[in-house]
Amino acid sequence: MIALWVVLGVVVVLLGTIAVTRSRRPPRGTRQGPPIRPTAPPRPEPVEVLGPRAAPPVAKQPVVEQPVSEQPVAEATLRERLGRARNLFAPLRALGARGDGAAAFDAAEEALLRADVGVETTEALLSAVRGAQAQREGAEAVREALEDELLAVFDENPDRTLRFDDDAAVVNVWLFVGVNGVGKTTSIGKIALARRHDGRSVLLAAGDTFRAAAADQLQVWAERAGTEIVRGAEGGDPSAVVFDAVQRAKARGNDLVLADTAGRLHTKVNLVEELRKIRRVADREPGRVTEVLLVLDATTGQNALIQAREFTEAVGVTGVVLTKLDSTAKGGVVISIERQLGLPVKLVGVGEGSEDMIPFDPEAFVDALVGE
Amino acid sequence: MFDALSDRLERVAGRLRNRGRISTADLDAALGEIRTALLDADVELGVARHFVEAVRERCSSEVLSRSLTPGQQVVKAVHEQLVEALGGEALRITYAPRPPTVVLLAGLQGSGKTTAAAKLAQWWRAQGRNPLLVGADLQRPAAVEQLRILGSQAQVSVFSQPGDPVSTAVAGVEEARRLGRDVCIIDTAGRITVDGALMDEMRRISERTNPHYTFLVIDAMTGQDAVSTARAFHDTLALDGVILSKLDSDARGGAALSVKEVVGRPIVFASTGERLGDLDLFHPDRMADRILGMGDVLTLIEQAERTMDQDVVARSADRLMSGRFTLDDFLEQLHQVQKMGSLGGILRLMPGVSKEVRQAAEQIDDSQVARIEAIVRSMTPKERADPTIVDGSRRVRIARGSGASTQDVNQLLKQFREMQKMMRSVGSGAMPNMPGMPTGRLGRLAAARQIASGGAEESLAEMLSGRGRPPATPPARVPAAPKGRGGKNKKKGGRVTPPKGR
Repeated sequence: MIALWVVLGVVVVLLGTIAVTRSRRPPRGTRQGPPIRPTAPPRPEPVEVLGPRAAPPVAKQPVVEQPVSEQPVAEATLRERLGRARNLFAPLRALGARGDGAAAFDAAEEALLRADVGVETTEALLSAVRGAQAQREGAEAVREALEDELLAVFDENPDRTLRFDDDAAVVNVWLFVGVNGVGKTTSIGKIALARRHDGRSVLLAAGDTFRAAAADQLQVWAERAGTEIVRGAEGGDPSAVVFDAVQRAKARGNDLVLADTAGRLHTKVNLVEELRKIRRVADREPGRVTEVLLVLDATTGQNALIQAREFTEAVGVTGVVLTKLDSTAKGGVVISIERQLGLPVKLVGVGEGSEDMIPFDPEAFVDALVGE
Repeated sequence: MFDALSDRLERVAGRLRNRGRISTADLDAALGEIRTALLDADVELGVARHFVEAVRERCSSEVLSRSLTPGQQVVKAVHEQLVEALGGEALRITYAPRPPTVVLLAGLQGSGKTTAAAKLAQWWRAQGRNPLLVGADLQRPAAVEQLRILGSQAQVSVFSQPGDPVSTAVAGVEEARRLGRDVCIIDTAGRITVDGALMDEMRRISERTNPHYTFLVIDAMTGQDAVSTARAFHDTLALDGVILSKLDSDARGGAALSVKEVVGRPIVFASTGERLGDLDLFHPDRMADRILGMGDVLTLIEQAERTMDQDVVARSADRLMSGRFTLDDFLEQLHQVQKMGSLGGILRLMPGVSKEVRQAAEQIDDSQVARIEAIVRSMTPKERADPTIVDGSRRVRIARGSGASTQDVNQLLKQFREMQKMMRSVGSGAMPNMPGMPTGRLGRLAAARQIASGGAEESLAEMLSGRGRPPATPPARVPAAPKGRGGKNKKKGGRVTPPKGR
């Protein structure tokens, strides 16, 4: 209890002093600028040649490629897997082409909210639909307009490929980050398998030195995928593990390191700091962090948006891996994430099998939500 | 966009201020805000609707208290409804007449079952029981290994065998009986509810082990799906209660409300950290405050106790309270506070702090704190011990030494004086005034919070709000005067009761 008063005293002094001096002082230099919380990745992508979206098409080094197996198969899978989500919009469809627009609106609102899309995004989508809806009336028109709006959200982030730098001198590092229990280790295992089939030479870095037996879990995946794994001591420095992994990869000619990290809540300042360090170390020559993938659990609600924002701010997330989409959850919060943060969903996990990590297909996703 | 419910209510309350009664339209607007806030907190849509209707009923049926504005009345109704919805009859842990008491854990993948199992084992050990952990998650690679490691940390032995989860669970219960353990906690593989085969396996485990308690482990960050998950597990297993995991996140945890409402089973435990000791019985009132965004002082206290060096704090706490707090003490404490995390994070847990202040605090980064530190470090030891000797020329020197302006130095000294004054009055029992705080909106909800919560929160709110009670208040009655109210025993005891009859 006493500690609380001390905290309060210190906070009061800090706040009071800073608030007053800040308002008095004109902004000078970059340090002073008001927005301390940018929504975009704070630092420019270290892989300049790979430039996020604006990469010149003629750039010679970057070879961007599709991650897993052939697209058609994957697409069918996602459609099929998301089939369940369709009944969510059943009331909307049941209204039929001649149904009245108002009822369709209510049904659409309910469906979006139940899919974890969130109030703000739902309202924005619906008001856009309402705008497009001036002349056309009826449930079918509402459904179509909504589908268009949803697709438009995903169209804002067209590049969903996993970035890979083909420069032989470079060891690509894909860093997997996220809160506890979202499926980081499992995702890495599945991707390792797919990459091996892809002909990539993959090495796993067991950067989760905190959770008991996390490295053992990754080891099992390494054996399944027939890849090497670099482990550290339990409770050891994860940055060191990642550093060793990059060195080992360089020595052995592996071109891709998949780096696991311990699950951490974005609210834990010191753990987020540790993650920053991991990223810095991974980016040291010859390592190059070409993807920072935020793993999100589809069952997570609106907090996923905060997670995405905080992790992006800390380590410059480049894409989202949405796991557990085979559950009854709809993962609609990614619509908000795409819309508000411009973060593309790149992969989705749709099952327990090692082949169940597939590229995200917006059309299949939207179609499953509002299609016929 | 994640406005706390209290912020929304404050907005509504502002519109309703000074009105004798609330019109239906006003109430509708208020309830609309509440609905949005609940949805933002991940309360399930159906549950949110039902909740809003219940609040409406409360508001219309209750006799308007004269001491409350209509807006406050709404806040009160919401809080009461929340506590009621979350609370209800609590589960009282009993034990099987013939040991072992079998506890079965179920949940989705990644909800935190294995960790919860180990935490439960530790918890029961602390209760003087002698548990056995059974690892029946044979699906996830190294899950049993994880349980073994956690078990050894908790000094609880772990049983598992390869093969079939059902027979492993049964053998585990047998083993517990053979070893004379009185509690047997079974960890199972995570499963999605649409997987018929795995759900069937779960049912068989339940039938064969005949658990005394079946707990569903649910992630506090779960969204709308919490309800269908809980319902599906309840249909299969007949749950006895829920364990809410990862409550140390900043999720508002609306899932708790949804699950409680739909399944009708209480939330028994909540997990609030990564260490094995971070499992506690669930407190509905704390959760209500959290969903409301009213801050969570108890959590803050616990956090402070966990991260701050108690010796260092104790060393200067006395001086703080008696007003002999020096700037050296301030520096020392500043470092302690920084260990707790960001200012924004701390203020999020602190009640009576308006959104504006929270946002301002969130914009403060380490460099600004470092500047303050630089100012203090540019002072001589004598100046730090007694800032009153700082005159014009000293001020210029300090400003130069720290790269700050003389106004900055002034402001720091002024603020420090205010704090000293405030702390002295806290120490002597009178309630403080805080004229130096930058905003007048601070703690506007203080009155509403008095209803909602106990003394500690209330006086904090008032302290920050600058609307302190007249110093005539008898010192002995001040609720949160910290002296002699050691934190430890309060940690688990729930809220501090406000003194009556003020």
